[in-house]
Amino acid sequence: MTTNAKEPRSRLDPEPVPRRDWLGLSSLWAMGGALLFGLAGMLKLPKAAVLASPSKKFRVAIPENLPVGEAFVPPGRAVAVFKDTDGVYAVSTICTHLGCVVKPNAEGFECPCHGSKFAVNGDVKKGPAPRPLPWLKVTNNGGQLTIDEGTTVPNGTKVA
Amino acid sequence: MNTVEPKSKALQEFAGNLKSLPDRFRESAFRTGAPTTDRTRSTFVFGNVFLHLHAVRTHRWSLRWTTTLGLGIMSVSAFLIALVTGVMLMFYYKPYPEAAYQSIKDIHFVVPTGRLIRNLHRWSANIMVIAVILHMARAFYTAAYRRPREYNWLMGMGLLVLTLGLSFTGYLLPWDQLAYWAITIGANIAQSPREITDALGITEYFDPGGFQRLLLLGSDQVGAEALIRFYLLHVMILPLVLAALMGVHFWRIRKDGGMVRPLDADARLAQRRSEETYPVFTEAPAKTYQLAAIVRGRTAQTGRGPENTVPSMPHLFYAELGVLMLTLLICLALSLVSDAPLKELANPSVPENPAKAPWYFLGLQELVSFSAFMGGIGIPMIVLVGLGLIPYLDRETEGTGRWFGGPGGWPLVRLSMVVGLCAPTVIEAFAIRFGWLREWFPAIPQLVVTVINPATLLTAIYALYSLWCIRRYESVRSGALALFTCFLCGFLVLTIIGTYFRGPNWVFYWSPAEWPKH
Repeated sequence: MTTNAKEPRSRLDPEPVPRRDWLGLSSLWAMGGALLFGLAGMLKLPKAAVLASPSKKFRVAIPENLPVGEAFVPPGRAVAVFKDTDGVYAVSTICTHLGCVVKPNAEGFECPCHGSKFAVNGDVKKGPAPRPLPWLKVTNNGGQLTIDEGTTVPNGTKVA
Repeated sequence: MNTVEPKSKALQEFAGNLKSLPDRFRESAFRTGAPTTDRTRSTFVFGNVFLHLHAVRTHRWSLRWTTTLGLGIMSVSAFLIALVTGVMLMFYYKPYPEAAYQSIKDIHFVVPTGRLIRNLHRWSANIMVIAVILHMARAFYTAAYRRPREYNWLMGMGLLVLTLGLSFTGYLLPWDQLAYWAITIGANIAQSPREITDALGITEYFDPGGFQRLLLLGSDQVGAEALIRFYLLHVMILPLVLAALMGVHFWRIRKDGGMVRPLDADARLAQRRSEETYPVFTEAPAKTYQLAAIVRGRTAQTGRGPENTVPSMPHLFYAELGVLMLTLLICLALSLVSDAPLKELANPSVPENPAKAPWYFLGLQELVSFSAFMGGIGIPMIVLVGLGLIPYLDRETEGTGRWFGGPGGWPLVRLSMVVGLCAPTVIEAFAIRFGWLREWFPAIPQLVVTVINPATLLTAIYALYSLWCIRRYESVRSGALALFTCFLCGFLVLTIIGTYFRGPNWVFYWSPAEWPKH
């Protein structure tokens, strides 16, 4: 549609956007977009593609005469290894409440931070812990046991 | 003779200039002379970039010590002491595991005055937390948050959160057992939204808890990445944000009309006339003297002089300086009496038992020992939102500027103190004696425990009591008085229980003497 300059403009005609307003608005939106884009990039910064942490898999040799129901804790690891007639299993000793390391005792585990108590199989008996202690993946490679702290298995999975 | 004279004249001038150099230098720095008259006292304030945040004249009500108790200035003073000593500590501190611990040990035992500086840093941080909380209580009980000061109340809450954040991030830096396990707990509180997402079974797709923890630690465990992040937050990001907010906070005090004062402040002050107060304008001004913006119309100040005010220099500044020196004195005395603790080097496989957070978080730790999400995130968020809404919900005017002002007044606060102290004591006693849902029904879904636990019960009791107060006194302010008093009392009771009555495995003991030996 072309408008004849001589004809008076109808009030129904759309108001054309003045050039200055258009320039101002477009630069404003461009700035906003660039800021958002930069912010999105910055938000990715704190999460590295590879997280700095030691290997989760480790080999373990449990004592030959480990009594049934007694926990063996490999030095420096937050894992309790048990052995019974069905086989070997490993229970994580990191409390599911707030991450303290629980201590094995005769009845199960006790958390020093907020008083959660767990049964030997990891079930919550008392306190604020929301979930049972997870069981960890154990692989038996011709007598050589490997525990993977990064992989959980359904509670009750034992390896012969 | 004639040929030598001009030369010696210049030389004489030079010698004279040299002689008057100190005077000229002083003049150039302090352009307006000693603050001995009203005029020079004013220019002393607005001619100085640091002082001109203050008004040139201060209302006499603001200078009564019961108006503010000096708590705001005490908070700033503690921050300044922490800032100076913190920069000194940075000369020796190395933010890397083990090296961090060794460097703190060096500061404590090898660096000359290092121990005093570290003690001062720690005590000023503690004093700052206390002063900020008390300052908030002062602002609340004198109803200083009301219009036009609502926004500054929000700024103050931001400063409270930043103060706690600064203290908490500083807690990790020594990399001892205390630090390591406090941060482990803190990071897992950040992760605790998983309590909800796990219960709903959506953690795999939507995991804000895990993201928060990762953001804090930069790894899946507390290590070098976490230490450098906490260090960066502690020495750079949080202090910068805090300083910026502080600037806004102070500026708004002036823009919002100075310290809050009751409507009858002038009448009450008139009973004790001071020789310092005299009419500043001998004839009533026809125009505003506070010409901040040139607009049509009259401002509230037209026709009135600044009655009942005294020059800020020296009255206000000397008072502020006094509070600064008092704060310094308190910090120094505490630093000489009590050393900052340093436990064994952090050991990721053996937690401290009991592992306790800094004292001002022990109330939260008590709540967290029922539900990680509710105690660590849910209830604190409810408290913060509640506190932030107070100035926008209480639109009354009765009692502004008076201690415990508002319908109900001091008797209501007294009653609220009884409720606020009894409710958590009874609930805690019950939970300690009889246990909670998980002990009675081991198979109960976690969501039920998250929603119904001593922490939420306490919050509900406080909220219902406050609603009852609103109805009884027909006043929102009364409800706010009740709720805020309950909040302070609950904080106190839980902090005391967490500090003195919790031993190894977070079991209740009447005194640390009963703790089992191990």
